[in-house]
Amino acid sequence: MFAYYLQLGLRSLKRNPILTALMVAGIALGIAASMTTLTVLHLMGADPIPWKSDKLHYVQLDNWSPDQPYSEDGRPPDQVTYQDAVALMKAARADKQAAMFKIVQPVQPENKELKPFSSLIRATGSDFFGMFEPKFKYGAAWNHDQDDSHARVVVLGDEINEKLFGGQDSTGRSVRLNGIDYRIVGVLDKWNLRSRYYDLTNGAFADPDEMFMPFTTAIDLKTRSSGNNSCWKSSANGWDAYLTSDCVWMQMWVQLDSPQKLAAYREFLDNYVNEQKKLGRFPRPLNNRLLDVNEWMRDQKVVTRDMEVQTGLAFAFLAVCLVNTIGLLLAKFTRKSGEIGLRRALGASRREVFTQFLVESGVVGLTGGVIGLVLTGLGLVAVRALYAQYKTVAHLDWTMVATTIALAIAAALLAGLYPTWRACRVQPAAQLKV
Amino acid sequence: MEIRPILSALMRSKVSMILIGLQVALTLAIVCNALFIIGERLDRMHRPSGMNEADTFWFGSNGFGANFDAIATQQADLAVLRSMPGVTAATSTNSVPMSGGGWGEGLSLQPGQKTSTAQTTFYIVGPQALEAYGFKLIAGRDFRPEEFTAIKFGDQPHPQSVIVSKALADKLFPDSSAIGKQVYSEDKPTTIVGVIERAQQPWMDSDSIEYSTLLPMYMPYGNSTRYLVHAEPGRRDEVMKAVEQKMIEANPSRIIGKVKSIADVRRDAYAEDRAMAIILGVVIIALLAITALGIVGMASFWVAQRTKQIGTRRALGATKFDILRYFQTENFIITTLGLIAGGVLAYGLSLWLMRQYQSPRLPWYYVPVGFIALWILGQLAVLGPALRASRVPPAVATRNV
Repeated sequence: MFAYYLQLGLRSLKRNPILTALMVAGIALGIAASMTTLTVLHLMGADPIPWKSDKLHYVQLDNWSPDQPYSEDGRPPDQVTYQDAVALMKAARADKQAAMFKIVQPVQPENKELKPFSSLIRATGSDFFGMFEPKFKYGAAWNHDQDDSHARVVVLGDEINEKLFGGQDSTGRSVRLNGIDYRIVGVLDKWNLRSRYYDLTNGAFADPDEMFMPFTTAIDLKTRSSGNNSCWKSSANGWDAYLTSDCVWMQMWVQLDSPQKLAAYREFLDNYVNEQKKLGRFPRPLNNRLLDVNEWMRDQKVVTRDMEVQTGLAFAFLAVCLVNTIGLLLAKFTRKSGEIGLRRALGASRREVFTQFLVESGVVGLTGGVIGLVLTGLGLVAVRALYAQYKTVAHLDWTMVATTIALAIAAALLAGLYPTWRACRVQPAAQLKV
Repeated sequence: MEIRPILSALMRSKVSMILIGLQVALTLAIVCNALFIIGERLDRMHRPSGMNEADTFWFGSNGFGANFDAIATQQADLAVLRSMPGVTAATSTNSVPMSGGGWGEGLSLQPGQKTSTAQTTFYIVGPQALEAYGFKLIAGRDFRPEEFTAIKFGDQPHPQSVIVSKALADKLFPDSSAIGKQVYSEDKPTTIVGVIERAQQPWMDSDSIEYSTLLPMYMPYGNSTRYLVHAEPGRRDEVMKAVEQKMIEANPSRIIGKVKSIADVRRDAYAEDRAMAIILGVVIIALLAITALGIVGMASFWVAQRTKQIGTRRALGATKFDILRYFQTENFIITTLGLIAGGVLAYGLSLWLMRQYQSPRLPWYYVPVGFIALWILGQLAVLGPALRASRVPPAVATRNV
């Protein structure tokens, strides 16, 4: 029976090609607009590490000025000072912990055909790899001993290994950065991070890190962060003064595997800050925060306002397209009252008429959905062209393809519901008089 | 006017009327707010930076090796840049307007002040800065050569003199000239020697975007320095092409970063605003098109449904114009009802955007202008079907009754 209704539906749609085209175009455009924006919104805000995002916590301590809060809404600074990062690393109260900062260093390749180039490096602790779980292609992370001894070792990202060593196993070889040789201990596999969620201060969609080196090594070589640095009171001149200043320039993450550990860590932080208060630091009231990955991403507005507004407007546009389709279907089905009357008189039940017209609406939805999917693909190409930094989040994945088709059919069926209901209420007698 | 028959006809197809009305209402609400957002973005994108943006470009030099002398390299590089054909001025700097990264600092009128009087940016510049940026000096003087000092990055800059933007000068000294006055940064005094007409901060979203300060200092960032070059009109691209080679020849143990024109800096700074404006523009066009097509479809259906009535009216003496007017009036009534609902919806949406995103209030005139635009759209959309209706021959009335 379904096949027969499908046939009837197709024939009916072919009879008024312009009206049909209008309905299909409406659905397709509405679907394309809403799915393009929804895809970007969904991928921007998607949990980057769903299996443990509730275990990774971002540490914030309020060491700001007694006269002025860090931010008007009372949030503590989004980074921590060197001295606090080091104290928390030493205390090692979490299951894993990694302080980190962003540096840029010149790479001087052995291969003379390659020009020296600047490279984005993350200075962090060995726990970083266990916490954020990038996969290794060759070798492994450095260990805690190498952290402690400021070892001159690096882990290369997949891209820079490709560039410097043609993608071969380069562990054991060395790379020269700013005149100093570092031994390569590991090479990462391709790490498809949609956003660099572990350092949102320096841009969620900024260029990815190309290399990793021990935090202690970078400090040993007096390497300043090339990321954000904020001070409420400037530090005295010189490197040592800078390290003991209240300037914030590091990100600090901890992994806490159970709620009990989270509670214990909160208490530990409060105690730490209270101890520091005795030493004259932390003049503001206690204001520590331990947000997990998703909370931190929301706090830092990884999903931008513009994207939310665009998605809202796109769905409003879809609503207009649906209203439009309801009107057109209504017009169409009303004109077929005669045919419906005839079918009813020949014994078709209301239910059968209902199914028949709902199938017709479904066909409109499916067609609109398929065209909408193609348009969504084009829409995402346009988004990538307009927002260069969103290349990692403007891609269609299978969930989104399925959602698009489902949404289109659901939309068309919803739009078809009222006209169909009206159609099956046609009184056969009234129609057959003519 | 025969409003009553139109109304009673409409009452018989309430649902269709509501559907068209709803579509018009949503369209009005969305178009008004989207247009307002576009307008806001365009205003934002057209804020002047105070710089010459047509003939300027900047780039970074990143030296390597333990023996790299950043200060000496900086001096040598400036000499090389200034000797290049087509260059009118070159300076070392830490930042430029619209670049998104720079040095923020508070300025105070008294030492030991608890909260600073104004938040400013520090542009830490070498000689020829005014020419290189194209900032216009409107009071006082430029820096003198002996005022330039060298500091290491991370040291607090305390120059003896500074040049400030007019907006900052007015903020600090609203009642008198700022020239010769002292201001304090980190409790150390400095004297304002010049005022420039306008200089934006590097951050597009800064609340104090017009408050900028120029400091006469050489301050390499470790081994890195940035240079800003002003070329003769029309020769920017030529100089940009030659500059990397020239710099590497002068000192090969370094990397020359991306050479970027200030026009490109502006383009990148406002890429998101531009994208937003374009996307909303496309939504508006699609929305108007769908609504217009919806009206055409609905009106065509009504005309088809009422062919017999139209024929009867024609047979009873109605002119073609009467029929045309009937459909145009009908559309006007539906559109107006939709617009009234849409007006309320538009302000409601604006209120929601204000609450949710702290966006400004929709100016009142957007809605009346939207009314007129959608009235015109509706009348044009219904014109085709209405003309078709007016051509229905009176003879139809006699057929097939």
